[in-house]
Amino acid sequence: MDLILVNIIDGLVTGLLLFMLSAGLTLIFSMMGVLNFAHASFYMLGAYFAYQISMYLGFWMGLLIAPPLVGLIGAAVERYGLRRVHQYGHVPELIFTFGLALLIEEVVQFFWGRDQMPYQIPEALQFVAFSISSYDIPAYKVFMIFLSLIIFGGLLYVLTRTRVGMIIQAALSYPRTVEALGHNVPLVFMGVFGVGTALAGVAGVIAGPVLSTFPGMAIVLGSIVFVTIVIGGLGSLGGALIAALIIGWLTTFAKTYNVRMEDILTTIGFTKPEPIGDSGWQDLWTLTSPQIADILPYLLMVLILVFRPHGLFGKRDA
Amino acid sequence: MGQLAPWVIATAFLVAMPWIFASNSAITIMNQMAITIIFALSYNMLLGQGGMLSFGHAVYMGAGGFMCMHVMNMVQDQGLPLPLPLLPVFGGLFGLGLATIVGSFSTRNAGTVFAMISLGVGELIAASSVIVVSFFGGEEGISGDRTYGLPVFGVEFLRQIEVYYLIAFWLVLSTLLMFLFSRTPIGRMANAVRDNPERAEFLGYSARWVRFYSFCASGFFAGIAGALFAINYEIVTEENLNLGLSGAILLITFLGGIGVFFGPIIGAIVFTLLQTVLSLQTELWQLYVGALFLATVMFFPSGLAGVLMMHVPAIKMGKWRYLVLPYVKTLIPAIFGILGVSAMVEMMFHARHAPTGDEEMGLFWMTVDSTSPLPWLVAAIISVVCFWVTRRNAPELVAAWHMANTPDGGSA
Repeated sequence: MDLILVNIIDGLVTGLLLFMLSAGLTLIFSMMGVLNFAHASFYMLGAYFAYQISMYLGFWMGLLIAPPLVGLIGAAVERYGLRRVHQYGHVPELIFTFGLALLIEEVVQFFWGRDQMPYQIPEALQFVAFSISSYDIPAYKVFMIFLSLIIFGGLLYVLTRTRVGMIIQAALSYPRTVEALGHNVPLVFMGVFGVGTALAGVAGVIAGPVLSTFPGMAIVLGSIVFVTIVIGGLGSLGGALIAALIIGWLTTFAKTYNVRMEDILTTIGFTKPEPIGDSGWQDLWTLTSPQIADILPYLLMVLILVFRPHGLFGKRDA
Repeated sequence: MGQLAPWVIATAFLVAMPWIFASNSAITIMNQMAITIIFALSYNMLLGQGGMLSFGHAVYMGAGGFMCMHVMNMVQDQGLPLPLPLLPVFGGLFGLGLATIVGSFSTRNAGTVFAMISLGVGELIAASSVIVVSFFGGEEGISGDRTYGLPVFGVEFLRQIEVYYLIAFWLVLSTLLMFLFSRTPIGRMANAVRDNPERAEFLGYSARWVRFYSFCASGFFAGIAGALFAINYEIVTEENLNLGLSGAILLITFLGGIGVFFGPIIGAIVFTLLQTVLSLQTELWQLYVGALFLATVMFFPSGLAGVLMMHVPAIKMGKWRYLVLPYVKTLIPAIFGILGVSAMVEMMFHARHAPTGDEEMGLFWMTVDSTSPLPWLVAAIISVVCFWVTRRNAPELVAAWHMANTPDGGSA
């Protein structure tokens, strides 16, 4: 029972982190209709910037300064890159963001090298928040959960309750009409892109110390973020939250509970061939759930796309 | 006859190449190039001709490679009477089989759904290559020995050059088949479905099945490329089917140009040269390739082949002479400007990452001190001046371009 509670908290941390990335991505998708392959690269930039700033000014200034910096870079990419490629169609746009992801990784290696950066949790948060029987929950995890929830709440408030949010929502559905009403729609697009990438930057700042800051961190998370928004339904903020939480819990539980294929097959009524080494089914018999934990989200995505191309909460085809 | 000429010339060229570049390393590069060409052409069957953006095409190449390696080992262990030059067929058939399974559900939609399914399937198979040890051999992959098979007309494929001719034979054969496929009604319909699936459906064609057939054919040729890889390197690992390779082939194909049949060939040749030659010169070659790729997407979305094809009207009208001088005036300073910038990039990299005290670095056949201001100043001045000259001469090029593309007497 205690272990379940600990796993729920761990899964929640992973899920909310994924959500912070996928929220920006799904907003950008509903705006421009293109998946931003470089989104996780902005997450990586966030972590590296925050590390560099934290060396001089400490963690908290990093958390404050790095995301706006990342957002500025994102806005510049939209203004001078994507807007130009937009005229050629969707596939070149997708390929552009893909190339951008490659380039950002190379640039990061250029400045910081290939090694992992010693980016640390701030000292103020290096204590145990509470314990569940013998499992300690570090304060940093609680901090991550609260920060993600605050950002989700803030995003929801801005999008649904403020004038700016109304204009953004209108511009997503009827850009021409909004433009005719006198709003600067390209500016809105650039702003949404900047805010989306800044959110990815926040995720990078707080995830960098726990998931380690290294040039491959964008690739590790990059495709999972896509999986999240595809499962949740492209363009749906609520869907992204649900999908992120599902993925977080799915992988955490699969890693902790060692479900073995051998037990499942024996329960169904198969007998294990002896010796196992000679059998062609050896790999199937020795399969365990921690082994496949990381590919479960992909399996889920393929199944969802085959049977429900809209995703869980999407209104249009992916 | 006019259509046949490029094929005859290309084949003669392939036969003659080992005499022109006889060194072993050159033949290794050419083998790699030929394999990449087949792979890139098969990828372009999807992206260029069918309008399907795939992020997991390496899966079919890798699967073909693994199958070919298993067959090769079976020939060795059980003495199957199969000569080595026939083995790529098995790789191709296995790629075809896998593509049939995946294509049965992934080709229902094009666009983002297809791209995402290909990404998911790519991740799944790449991950299972570590889990399913009996087929993929785990992390160390599987290896074999191509020389144990039956000798074909006395050739045992011990030497690199014999493998070169085997690969060249398959290169010509599969390129020809892929070209002919693009001329068949199904190949033509693939173009129609790419441009306007709705209209193609109204004409009575099922967009889904047209995509499915292209997808299967593409998987077949990717499998052949994988089998040739297995024969050439005698080892296949997880790296032959992971997402990195899938991304690289997208880059190669797009760089070459997806709109023209021979585009991917140019892309494969240029990329392999960059990969082998540039990587010997600088550690930062991937940075340059990434920048080149991004510049291609932004400024020349039709790729290198597209840029070449843009000159066809001018050449046909016999007016290409007008373009020579303006090109010389703009491109040569531009090249020097780029070299100046890359010199600064290299110096910055050296100054940041070299161990302290090691201040000397090799740069374009010179030795410079990356911490002293003089080389920085020289590089900066060269780039600024060169870019200024390029910018000043650019209007002249634009004017010449218009002149070369305007028919005589007419006002276009």
